[in-house]
Amino acid sequence: MSSNLGSMPLRYRISIDREQCMECGRCVENCPYGVFRWDGERILINSRKCTACHRCIAYCPRDAIMLQEHPCDYRSHPVWTRGVRESIYNQARTGKIILAGMGSVANLPIIFDQLMLDACQVTTPPTDPLREPVELRTYLGKKPSKLEFRQKPNGDVELSTELTPNLMLETPIMLGHMSYGAISLNAHVAMARAARETGTYMGTGEGGLHPGLYPYQDRMIVQVASGRFGVNVDYLERGAAIELKLGQGAKPGIGGHLTGEKVSADVSRTRMIPQGSDAISPAPHHDIYGIEDLPQLVNSVKEATERKKPVFAKIAAVNNNAENVAAVARSGVDAIAIDGFRGGTGAAPRVFRDHVGIPIEVAISTADQELRNQGLRNEVSLIACGSIRESTDVVKAIALGADAVYIGTAALAAMGCRVCGNCYQGLCSWGIATQRPDLVARLDPDVASKQIANLIHAWTLEITELMGAAGINSIESLRGNRDRLRGYMLDEGLLDILDVKSVGA
Amino acid sequence: MCGIFGVMDKRRQMMDGSGIREALSMMNERGSGEGAGYVAYGIYPDYRDCYALHVFFDKACESKAVIDATLEQWGTIEHDEAIPTCDQPGLRVNCTPWRYFFRPDASLAPGSATPEKDVVTNLVMQINAGANGAEVVSSGKNVGVFKSGGAGSWPEAVADYYRIQDYEGYIWLAHNRYATNRPELWERPDPFNLHDWSVVENGKTTTYGANRRYVESFGYNCSTGTDSEVIAYLIDLLVRKHGLDINLAIRALAPPYWDEIDRMPEAEQNLNRALRFAYGSATMNGPFTVVAANPDMMVGFTDRGKLRPMVVGECGDRLYIASEETAIRAMEPNVESIARPAAGEPVIGRVAP
Repeated sequence: MSSNLGSMPLRYRISIDREQCMECGRCVENCPYGVFRWDGERILINSRKCTACHRCIAYCPRDAIMLQEHPCDYRSHPVWTRGVRESIYNQARTGKIILAGMGSVANLPIIFDQLMLDACQVTTPPTDPLREPVELRTYLGKKPSKLEFRQKPNGDVELSTELTPNLMLETPIMLGHMSYGAISLNAHVAMARAARETGTYMGTGEGGLHPGLYPYQDRMIVQVASGRFGVNVDYLERGAAIELKLGQGAKPGIGGHLTGEKVSADVSRTRMIPQGSDAISPAPHHDIYGIEDLPQLVNSVKEATERKKPVFAKIAAVNNNAENVAAVARSGVDAIAIDGFRGGTGAAPRVFRDHVGIPIEVAISTADQELRNQGLRNEVSLIACGSIRESTDVVKAIALGADAVYIGTAALAAMGCRVCGNCYQGLCSWGIATQRPDLVARLDPDVASKQIANLIHAWTLEITELMGAAGINSIESLRGNRDRLRGYMLDEGLLDILDVKSVGA
Repeated sequence: MCGIFGVMDKRRQMMDGSGIREALSMMNERGSGEGAGYVAYGIYPDYRDCYALHVFFDKACESKAVIDATLEQWGTIEHDEAIPTCDQPGLRVNCTPWRYFFRPDASLAPGSATPEKDVVTNLVMQINAGANGAEVVSSGKNVGVFKSGGAGSWPEAVADYYRIQDYEGYIWLAHNRYATNRPELWERPDPFNLHDWSVVENGKTTTYGANRRYVESFGYNCSTGTDSEVIAYLIDLLVRKHGLDINLAIRALAPPYWDEIDRMPEAEQNLNRALRFAYGSATMNGPFTVVAANPDMMVGFTDRGKLRPMVVGECGDRLYIASEETAIRAMEPNVESIARPAAGEPVIGRVAP
């Protein structure tokens, strides 16, 4: 039975400047959503299908296409917003949970933007990175809290503490976990090449490791999530490190969603699931029903890989984050990735994406402080993720206590993604979040990897300059150095939790 | 700016404070006349087995009874008295310097390898954190800090105020301050002391916050907000609690660059990597030259870019470390050798056993 709701007001209106248009048809070819079609000599527009992916605009040779968001007004209302009303219409029609792509769209203040960085003036000189070394090299993994020595027969003293394997990064920026399936093989290959070029690592996500990535396996952190897609001992052995995904910032408390449209033959083989089936990973790991079960899982993957590889755990940032982090730090993992509530995703229920979890700025602060309070800080490295948008976010996350960051959406944007949020449709016009061969072919891994490497390189240069200006020449001197941050218009409670002084103090 | 000076006699031959006063005042150009201080080892032979606590009372009549009671809880006061002083024109006195000779009750730190020092550490943290109008400025055996801040606190005035020419020590450190904040507080200028260790610094680290969070997670409490306080606690932690040899402790605080470590032989590479792994949060960054001493040694080290000066002189049994050569020559005109160690190259002088 159909609804009486009729059609929703247009979300976007596409228009063509017919004076400029030369009827080349690139828009028709480029739009996978079906906005444009030929009608004889003329191009017709169906704006209702538009996702604002900008592919047509980017590839129109005459700048003839224009996009307008919300061309039709609702009666403005501060409580019954457009989003609230449209969700109701949508659910009244379907009776379903609304899925949405990319990160939170909740209009909440961004703490990073209200943290100001410090620079040296006269009492200390800035360091000039063009003329003096500034070290960004970062080691991720367990570190000794104190060192033991033994005396050799000849009287010399030598170190007896054995160092645990660590990952060595040339820059504290890693490419976060996005699965093959959620994104295309070409996107994965581009990220892998960029990771190798910039001396960092990338996450596989929960979708297994495609043979096309084997040449880059020394740069891959292989993920084990609750669905265990694509996991076997060969997979574990190929990775430089292994990450146990316990939660995700975009949807804390629930498992992964990969819509069946994106489960192609290749994805099905890599994930070891039937082609075309939805891949819904369980909310918990079915072998972890208490924190004491986690060390068993950690030990089993460590044993399977002869204790040669660091094991990470990823958790979503929620209210009792400090307690969760302290619990995970005792499980034998080497690093903990904390994913803030603004973290991206291919598909998440809208209510989770916009309402569950806490900001990464707060989560990193409380995690770092709790680990220090409990004498556990050297047991694990901390990786901040979930809406790291620019180099200053990296610097601020590290000053709050992180060792490194994962970037996801920023890396996608470097490949062309316009953050349209329709990843779950599997029709990504940029060839990123799709498995349709003709669309995937649009993304040239050589070109895209260069763009990601450029981004990481540019941020690395900016971080170096920001550290130099602050008179800091090694990244560990920035880590947890909250004295070099000031809060601008943050309330007292938040300043207290972040352990940051107000501007002027 | 700031000027620092240290001298050690390797055979524990005593020096009175007059030469140190001369040396420090030679660097008045580096100071602002709002803070100076001296620390000497070997000055209290009659109470050599007691911890000498130098305390500044805001108002002795209010605070002394509180401190007396606190000390009696943690041990026994062998003797106490006002530190002899002699008013100087222009030196604004805003507290009463006092000294206690104190025997800590070791049974209050059961299981500790160094129970007396643990008791003294706790005591100093407790008194300095409290709003009790009292600050402990030195707390070691046979050692004492003499310092003041605020208007008129040039090195000569401070020396004459405390009559440091009347004290004889075998290691002296001194500090000529260029004030930047809270000049009026007498406890703020260097030297900073915690039982064995005393520290003078010319510099301002960019890692105060990170270093402070690190030492505070081991129970130290930074009450003055100064670098040298954090440095003294870091050295105490690394050497006494973590058992690092002093040269390794210095390497942890001012480590080599990764590029240098990569070029080292494997065992050394491993050691240096382990130090950076374990002590990343203790690493000091930004410009500094530090001279530190305990009853058995005097050490000097700089940041790895050597953004602040450090000159080393030797003459007979004497080792000198100073910001400027002229200070060394003021005390020892016939100095036999003068050296300027490269960035990251520490100087370690040990007293003969």
